[in-house]
Parts: sequence; C-alpha cells; structure tokens
Amino acid sequence: MSGGSGMDMKSMKKMKVGVVIFPGSNCDHDCYHAAQVMGMEAEYIWHAARDVSGFDCIILPGGFSYGDYLRAGAVARFSPVMEAVTKFAERGGLVLGICNGFQILLEAGLLPGAMMRNRNLKFICKTIHLRVENAGTPFTGACTPGQVLAVPIAHGEGNYYIDPEGLRELNANKQVVFRYCDSHGAVTDEANPNGSCDNIAGIINREGNVLGMMPHPERCVERVLGGEDGRFVFASLLKHWSQGGGCDAGCALA
Amino acid sequence: MLWKARVRVTLKNGILDPQGKVLEGSLDRLGYKEVREVRVGKYMEIALEAEDAPGARARVEEMCRRLLANPVIENFAVDIEPCDAMAAMAGTPGTSGAPCATGVAR
Repeated sequence: MSGGSGMDMKSMKKMKVGVVIFPGSNCDHDCYHAAQVMGMEAEYIWHAARDVSGFDCIILPGGFSYGDYLRAGAVARFSPVMEAVTKFAERGGLVLGICNGFQILLEAGLLPGAMMRNRNLKFICKTIHLRVENAGTPFTGACTPGQVLAVPIAHGEGNYYIDPEGLRELNANKQVVFRYCDSHGAVTDEANPNGSCDNIAGIINREGNVLGMMPHPERCVERVLGGEDGRFVFASLLKHWSQGGGCDAGCALA
Repeated sequence: MLWKARVRVTLKNGILDPQGKVLEGSLDRLGYKEVREVRVGKYMEIALEAEDAPGARARVEEMCRRLLANPVIENFAVDIEPCDAMAAMAGTPGTSGAPCATGVAR
C-alpha cells in the first residue's frame, strides 16, 4: 500500500459496511457475504458496541432479535448499539434495515409506522416482486424508476401499518421506496403477500439516509441462490458511495 | 412498598387484528353466532416497589409508553393494587391483597 505504485489510493479503498449482530439475528452472515460478493469490505458489529463510526453504511440484518419477544424489534431497539446507530443516522450515515432490521428501525422511531402480524397469520417464505417507487435514493440509485425486482421475503410480521395522515406524508415525500407488485409491476391486492398498507414493502426516512425493507436483497446476489436482483440495492449503495459517499452528497429527498 | 400492576395492551380501534378475525371465524364455526367481534391483546403483571399507588402507576405508564406498548398501534390500561408479599411467599393466592407472581417475593 506504499505510495508511488501509480495506483490511485481511492480506487483501492472499499466501501466499508458494518453488519450488526443482535442475539437472534440470523441473516447477519448472509449480509456479510453479500457485501463481500459485491466488492464491499464487511465487518460485524456486536450489539453491545457503543461506537459505529468509521463505517460507510450500517446494516441491521434479519432474524429474530431477542426472540421477537413482546413485539419484533421492541427489545433490540434498546440494545447499546442502537444508540450509536441512531447517532450515526442523525449525522447522515446510511442505515439499511432488512426484515427484522426494518422492524427494529420502526420500533426505534427512525422510520414511521409499525409492523403487525401478516394478515393470513402465516410465516411467508417465498420470492415476491417489488416495484421500485423511488430510484433517487442511495439504496436504489442503480435501479430505473418502476423497475420490477424479484426478491425473497421471509417473515411473520411484515404487515406494515401507518395511519392515513402518515401515509399521505410518506407518499407526498416519495418515502415509499418499494411496493409489492405482480411480475408485470402492477400493484394489486393479490400481489400483497402480508396485507401491508398500500402494498408498502420498503420506506425511507425524510432525510433519505435510513431505509427499511421487508424483502431480503442479501439473499439474491448470486445466480446459484436463485436470483441476482438483490444486487441492485448493493450496487446502488456502491454507486452512491463512489460518487461522494456521505449523505451530504445530496441523498436528501427533494 | 410492593405493588402489583396489571397491564392490558390492546390494538387501537380501527386497526385490523388478524388474530381476532381468525378467532371470530373459529367461534362462529363452534356455534357462537352471537359473537360480533374479537380483539386479541396482551396481559402483563408487574410487581414493583414504589412509595404509593400514584407513584407506581406513573412508573408503569412510562414503561408502557417506552416498551410494553407500541403507541403507533396499541393502547394500554394499567391497574395498580397492593401486593400481598406474605401471600406471595406462601404461594397461597386468595388471601387479602393480590399475590405476586412467583419469583418476586422477598
């Protein structure tokens, strides 16, 4: 790594992603692996950590943190690391909550709304389709608006709820990033696997640096695992990072 | 002194309760045609030390707002009553006061 090799140091530097491990997380290794497959540097962060500085993005992975006791994510939000993640987010750091990670972000109040049991009361584990509703975020910048992605879901409590006023606000601010749809991109009730309000599968905060989504992009970054559409989320993060990184670089929603 | 809080957490009105809907259907199939609605909630008992009942209530309501209930979708109700430590230790419910849950007697 000594100078004078002619290699641009910046080009050798990798985007550094921190994957938080809560007791009961079970998609932490998948996220770690996916980040590495996508050319990022990945590191685990234990839930007792009080400092998450030095990362370009923090991922809250899926799983059953604290056994999903009381409500999914309700206990994890009080773990020490979440204080650090909240500060990281307030400074504009990128935070991606997937599945249980999304539930934790809701419980922590970093995103609006709440999760309810799926309307059919079943744990649903299958590949569904998502429509990219906002391709102007750091998490979707490599997608085209309206693009349809095939991504797996695996949850029992993914029935997103928000009151009508909150929903109006989400829509007005383009905070709905993903909606459940059919393979042609039509947002229908039949394509809504869990009863989510307005077919919402993923939302972003007003500032545009905290995204929560129920589907698992980390489970589909390699063809051998049945699909590669999850790559778009990671590629978007890389694109955003390579264009200047932090949230100061214009990730705030217009 | 020791108090016993009974906490009931229920879904707010107007929020669809999938579990309640399933139970409605099941009760109907069992012949309970008079049932109009079922709502499923959570019930918790908390034994806690406090100077007086209002003090205990204030603390438990704070617990509800911060953790036990999700204010986005749930309401909560709290009842406070003296906890009969003697009955709890003896494990004999039914005496005066409310016996505490096992494990909190001291």
